[in-house]
Amino acid sequence: MAARKTTAKPNVSADELLAYYKDMLLIRRFEEKAGQLYGMGLIGGFCHLYIGQEAVVVGLEAAAEEGDKRITSYRDHGHMLACGMEPGGVMAELTGRIGGLSKGKGGSMHMFSKEKHFYGGHGIVGAQVPLGAGLAFADKYKDNGRVTFTYFGDGAANQGQVYEAFNMAALWDLPVIFVIENNQYAMGTAQKRSTSTPELYTRGEAFGIKGEVVDGMDVLAVKAAGEKAVKHCRAGKGPYILEIKTYRYRGHSMSDPAKYRTREEVQKMREERDPIDHVRDLLLTGKHATEDDLKTIDKDIKAVVSASADFARESPEPPLEELWTDIYAEV
Amino acid sequence: MATEILMPALSPTMEEGTLAKWLVKEGDTVQSGDIMAEIETDKATMEFEAVDEGVIGKILIAEGTADVKVNTAIAILVEEGEDVPAASAATTQVPQPAAAVAEAAPAGGSLANSGNTAPLAPVKATPPWPEGTKTKKQTVREALRDAMAEEMRGDGDVFLMGEEVGEYQGAYKISQGLLDEFGSKRVIDTPITEHGFAGIGVGAAFGGLRPIVEFMTFNFAMQAIDQIINSAAKTLYMSGGQMGCPIVFRGPNGAAARVGAQHSQDYAAWYAHIPGLKVVMPYSASDAKGLLKSAIRDPNPVIFLENEILYGRSFDVPLIDDYTVPFGKARVWREGTDVTLVSFGIGMAHTLEAADKLAEQGISAEVIDLRTLRPLDTDTVIASVQKTNRCVTVEEGFPVGSIGNHISAVLMEQAFDYLDAPVINCTGKDVPMPYAANLEKHALITSDEVVAAVKQVTYR
Repeated sequence: MAARKTTAKPNVSADELLAYYKDMLLIRRFEEKAGQLYGMGLIGGFCHLYIGQEAVVVGLEAAAEEGDKRITSYRDHGHMLACGMEPGGVMAELTGRIGGLSKGKGGSMHMFSKEKHFYGGHGIVGAQVPLGAGLAFADKYKDNGRVTFTYFGDGAANQGQVYEAFNMAALWDLPVIFVIENNQYAMGTAQKRSTSTPELYTRGEAFGIKGEVVDGMDVLAVKAAGEKAVKHCRAGKGPYILEIKTYRYRGHSMSDPAKYRTREEVQKMREERDPIDHVRDLLLTGKHATEDDLKTIDKDIKAVVSASADFARESPEPPLEELWTDIYAEV
Repeated sequence: MATEILMPALSPTMEEGTLAKWLVKEGDTVQSGDIMAEIETDKATMEFEAVDEGVIGKILIAEGTADVKVNTAIAILVEEGEDVPAASAATTQVPQPAAAVAEAAPAGGSLANSGNTAPLAPVKATPPWPEGTKTKKQTVREALRDAMAEEMRGDGDVFLMGEEVGEYQGAYKISQGLLDEFGSKRVIDTPITEHGFAGIGVGAAFGGLRPIVEFMTFNFAMQAIDQIINSAAKTLYMSGGQMGCPIVFRGPNGAAARVGAQHSQDYAAWYAHIPGLKVVMPYSASDAKGLLKSAIRDPNPVIFLENEILYGRSFDVPLIDDYTVPFGKARVWREGTDVTLVSFGIGMAHTLEAADKLAEQGISAEVIDLRTLRPLDTDTVIASVQKTNRCVTVEEGFPVGSIGNHISAVLMEQAFDYLDAPVINCTGKDVPMPYAANLEKHALITSDEVVAAVKQVTYR
């Protein structure tokens, strides 16, 4: 983990700080609940939790405008909540119910929202990167000024198609921000064991794509970097790379025994670098909120998450007819 | 000594070409490497160089002559001071224009007596457009280009991307003229990165455009097959119906000629396996045009499998505004009573040839062109087998898990009681495509193999 950078922070209001706090806390509590439901057998298959990485998506969403697009990998619950998709709909998809955002047919890794411009939820490592470039291609074609946030991990950064996408995005000046969420482990393989050069933000240099490394445990640093990248893309200068150094507290998926790192490493990160504690400190020391205010927020978020879990348990399984629908769109 | 200069083969599939222009005249001295003529092939206009030095004794084929067969003598090269031998001067060949395949193929009449081996009288079958419709002869290549151009004129969200589709005018000239008409915003040359640009195409479709992604051949789509299947085909389902992917992946599929194992594979059965894809494999120019227009309008991902050898073949194309052909509707090319032949794509060429040979031997074959493999018109096949009680399938692909295997299973399940013989699947051989001319010929399906299979199922 790079030392925390003391780059200039954007002017941020108390309201904004509170909003980031709420958004990050919602993701944290939602994912904790998802972990519980998984343990109870209510969620099946793969379930990749975002706990620890909340500042990445919340910071970048703060830099996005209405109509901007986002696309990511299978570790996608945080991205969906951050762009405003219904927690109940996400949770009910995890439990495979008809009330889920994909009617129970997509699962944890596959949800979408046209309304929120969220384009999934993709299970093949790296495949979302050309797709994201393609979304940006469509925006450029339509000349609508939109930007696409294309998220992928340090693991995906070694996939060949990522560099095919870099080349074409740069060649055609596509308005796409390649967000590398470097949580330091590609499943169970530490970055130093998988990657010849660790500076992922330099991976675009060969294509003439600017990149920078960002402290992903600091939501304000992420937001500032995001704004810079968005400005670059919207000005028609082509793609931009943000390598955001972050950390996932939980395993790769629920079935990960996490033997590849020490308990102490995780514990140290949680104690010293937690992105939510960081904003909490800013709120309290800046006197933007009292302990009581934050308790109220906590309580409200728990209620939202609890309601989403109730909905996810109560929503019925999809009727069997659903097996045969949505294979083809009507001509 | 006088030598004949022969019409050269300038591409793997070139059988004839146009002698567009002579750059030398009789009496000119040429050196090895001098450009003597421009020859237009099925792919491009190429310069033709002299190999030997000498004097152009006689030009045998005038410039502007079309359909000059490969290896036809086009000029006589003599040594300085030598006369043109009389015999050579007289060898001028008049090229036979390649016969256009008539859309209305002759069909055999019914056999009253199955033992009858007298040739059947040809009977006209009705083409699949209204009677009295005017038609023009067009190559599959021109029909495909027209389909794209018409759809691009009609919808500004339709664009073409792929390797060499723009400035090069298409590796197989399918996109000829499109860059000039639509500009580089809509006719986009990509780098040679199939995986990447297939993904960009799918993303653009998610983003509301209607991409046509050309693969120079479907062999190269293997690099991109994850994006085609995991991203394009499955997203509508995975999103509970929210996120469709209107995209066409098209390009030549199957064996060309002498290009070896990595460039000669039929992927029909591979893509037909996948729910969420539509799979089209036309034979004739009119179907190529009508089906490609339907594919571009379809809100689903469509795999459009063309064939390099068919590109240059001419067929009747109806002069109907906005001519489209629906998916999932097979076409009966000739009616018959003794056996049902089911094929698609280039397999149809062998099948129709076999049907002609069978008619000479008094066997009346019904020929069905599936046209689309997903959706598959099994109703037409079953109805035909209920009449003929016998079926042979014909395709170029490998035998295991073939389209023919699937048709056989459907017939066993749904028409078992109508079958008087086991269904035979004629396919390409179960080997990687060899390069040697003789081996390649054996690896591919032939009309004689179809004839032999028909004799087997008709017990003759």
